[in-house]
Amino acid sequence: MIHILKKIMSTGIVTEDYDKGKVPVRFRGQITIEKGECKNCRRCITSCPTKAIREQAGSLTIDHKACIFCGRCVESCEAEQLKYTSKYKLATCSSITANIGTLLGRKIQSIFGRSLHIRHVDAGSCNACDFEMNALSNPFYDLQQYGIDFVASPRHADMLMVTGVVTRNLKQALLMTYEAMPTPNLVMAVGACAASGQVFGSSYAMCGAVDKVLPVDIYVPGCPPRPQALLYGLLLAMDKL
Amino acid sequence: MEYQEVAASNLVKEARSICRTGEYGLTAMFANDERMIHGSFAIYCIFIGAGQIKAIKGVLKQGEKLEFPSLTLFFSTAAWFEREIHDLFGILPMGHPDLRPLVLHENWPNGLYPMRKDFPTNLHVPEAHKKYDMVGVEGEGVFEVPVGPIHAGIIEPGHFRFSQSGEQVVHLDAKLFFTHRGIEKSVEGLPIEMAAFAAERICGACSVSHALSYAQSIESIANIKIPERAEVIRVVVAELERLYNHVGDIGNLCAGVGFAVGISHGSRLKEILMRLNERITGNRFLRGMIIPGGVSMELTTDLAWDIRNTLEQLSGEFKDLIGLLKDNSAFLDRVENTGILTRKAASDLGAVGVAARASGIDIDMRRDYSYSLYNDLDFKVPIYSQGDVAARLWVRKEEVEQSIEIIKQVLDYMPDIPKGLSISLPKITPYSSGIGWSESARGSNFHWIMIGENNTIYRHFIRSASYPNWPAVVIAAPGNIIPDFPLINKSFELCYACLDR
Repeated sequence: MIHILKKIMSTGIVTEDYDKGKVPVRFRGQITIEKGECKNCRRCITSCPTKAIREQAGSLTIDHKACIFCGRCVESCEAEQLKYTSKYKLATCSSITANIGTLLGRKIQSIFGRSLHIRHVDAGSCNACDFEMNALSNPFYDLQQYGIDFVASPRHADMLMVTGVVTRNLKQALLMTYEAMPTPNLVMAVGACAASGQVFGSSYAMCGAVDKVLPVDIYVPGCPPRPQALLYGLLLAMDKL
Repeated sequence: MEYQEVAASNLVKEARSICRTGEYGLTAMFANDERMIHGSFAIYCIFIGAGQIKAIKGVLKQGEKLEFPSLTLFFSTAAWFEREIHDLFGILPMGHPDLRPLVLHENWPNGLYPMRKDFPTNLHVPEAHKKYDMVGVEGEGVFEVPVGPIHAGIIEPGHFRFSQSGEQVVHLDAKLFFTHRGIEKSVEGLPIEMAAFAAERICGACSVSHALSYAQSIESIANIKIPERAEVIRVVVAELERLYNHVGDIGNLCAGVGFAVGISHGSRLKEILMRLNERITGNRFLRGMIIPGGVSMELTTDLAWDIRNTLEQLSGEFKDLIGLLKDNSAFLDRVENTGILTRKAASDLGAVGVAARASGIDIDMRRDYSYSLYNDLDFKVPIYSQGDVAARLWVRKEEVEQSIEIIKQVLDYMPDIPKGLSISLPKITPYSSGIGWSESARGSNFHWIMIGENNTIYRHFIRSASYPNWPAVVIAAPGNIIPDFPLINKSFELCYACLDR
């Protein structure tokens, strides 16, 4: 017992402010298209493994929900117009949530108050997003300080966090979990698979992104999103930013 | 890769003659639709043993009935492989004792075989509502406890059916493959470089190991040797992956017994390593470093110092954590003699990695089937004989120490070797195939690849460490109580994502 106490004392407090941590130099965050002369080489489009870059009305668009931040587009661009940034706060509200807007926001606020209880469902992920969600509970991030907690039953949950591209074998379990939740509730799609469904292309075993199956309120892109990016998404969902 | 080609009806005979001496074991078995190449299906069996890898190719001739004699009665490892072949290719292993669907669940209609080349990718497959029978024990006083597929924590999905007599687990049946994404099919036809991203994303915790197995498989087919500096960097990231996994797993094991101080310290140390990973590769799971033909990023002198410093800090703290566990009798009481996997069961099932080494089986792909630079490195492979949760914990503990030593060795070696991070892939002869392997934190990880036209993937078969180890969990659980199951499961620490693909 004395060793345990000693160890606790010597470690001290390691919990950090969620957005004070430094972003490493090599971190690959949001990819931006800089102003300049595009050489129309189309290499960025063909080099993207998840088809996140498209051409719309003559200009390039990047679907961040599908981006896995591999950087192949940046390397392949002839005009060197594509650049990484260190921006990782990429969570966005879905068009449904944004349109209903403040009304739903207020209603959720008034009901959830200062806390948020989350149920997680792995709908076919590679486990990386799940590991990052687990990391939120470690002493560095200490999720509970924000009034957020993971719960064991959908009946206790205000939010469903879904990771992974929805597989055929998990569709039923995902729907049943959602239906077991009280309303109003929120659904968050965590990671590139859940948000876009495009990471592995298509196969007989995948149903696609979470919003093909459930109404999604918040998307958190990333492959996987780092814990700070998840925290940003959660605080956005709680309207605490 | 050389294959001994036989008729599929002779597979059992040939497989038994290879394994006659007891040195070889069946490691992987899969089918391939080669009707477009030479008009027939083929069934490949890969054996490893005595420092060598042997492969048999069983050919199902055109017009022949799609069946072959089952190997399961002679090799228990074949059981799942054959069920998978039956599900995905519609080839019948005759005499298989349990042909319930494995990969495709009861929502999949009969008579559709998605891994055949003529299965249209855009085909709408209607939902079927078949029945799936779990295997349990019946009798007076025996009851069943169903658990999952969605569990109470942040974990992967799987369904377990415990047959209970009072508190004791009498029998456990597991239904898995819920996260089956069909990656083997979705990468078919993709260029090698593109499919590498899918390979890296098969599993989060084994990202490096999968990328490495994939890359080494391609490099062996193309018969190229990558720059030595790239090999050094590969070893560094591969060992960093083992480190963060093992450290995290030891912390997690404390969650199985509710030892909060252990959980916190374990997760804190893991976070320190994850941040180091992000500094090195820009991704916390070390993604984006290994590419077929080499590595994509340089390991600068600054980063090398960063690694040394972080590991220096880690080894002290890790020692403290182990100290807390070693003199905690309440903790030891829970982990010792819990979830025993006997040596016999481990060897029959072909268990690999930590699970095998904790049950007295001396196997490590890095040493026995050396790849990359491991032949030149000096490291020990820890072996324990008890086969219980504690043994698996201590194996991990020693492997952490060894990994730190390995990283120090390669970093010392680094400065003198020539630069160069990758070489571009040559044009590969279509329909040549090969195997690549690596030792992940969970055990051996194999990728078999056949290349198609224009450097694309024709067939990709993945056998992760979790594949042979999952049946071992089902064997280790009976005789314990349900509350110990999370602990036993955590001590094996298997990936569903790796297994299901």
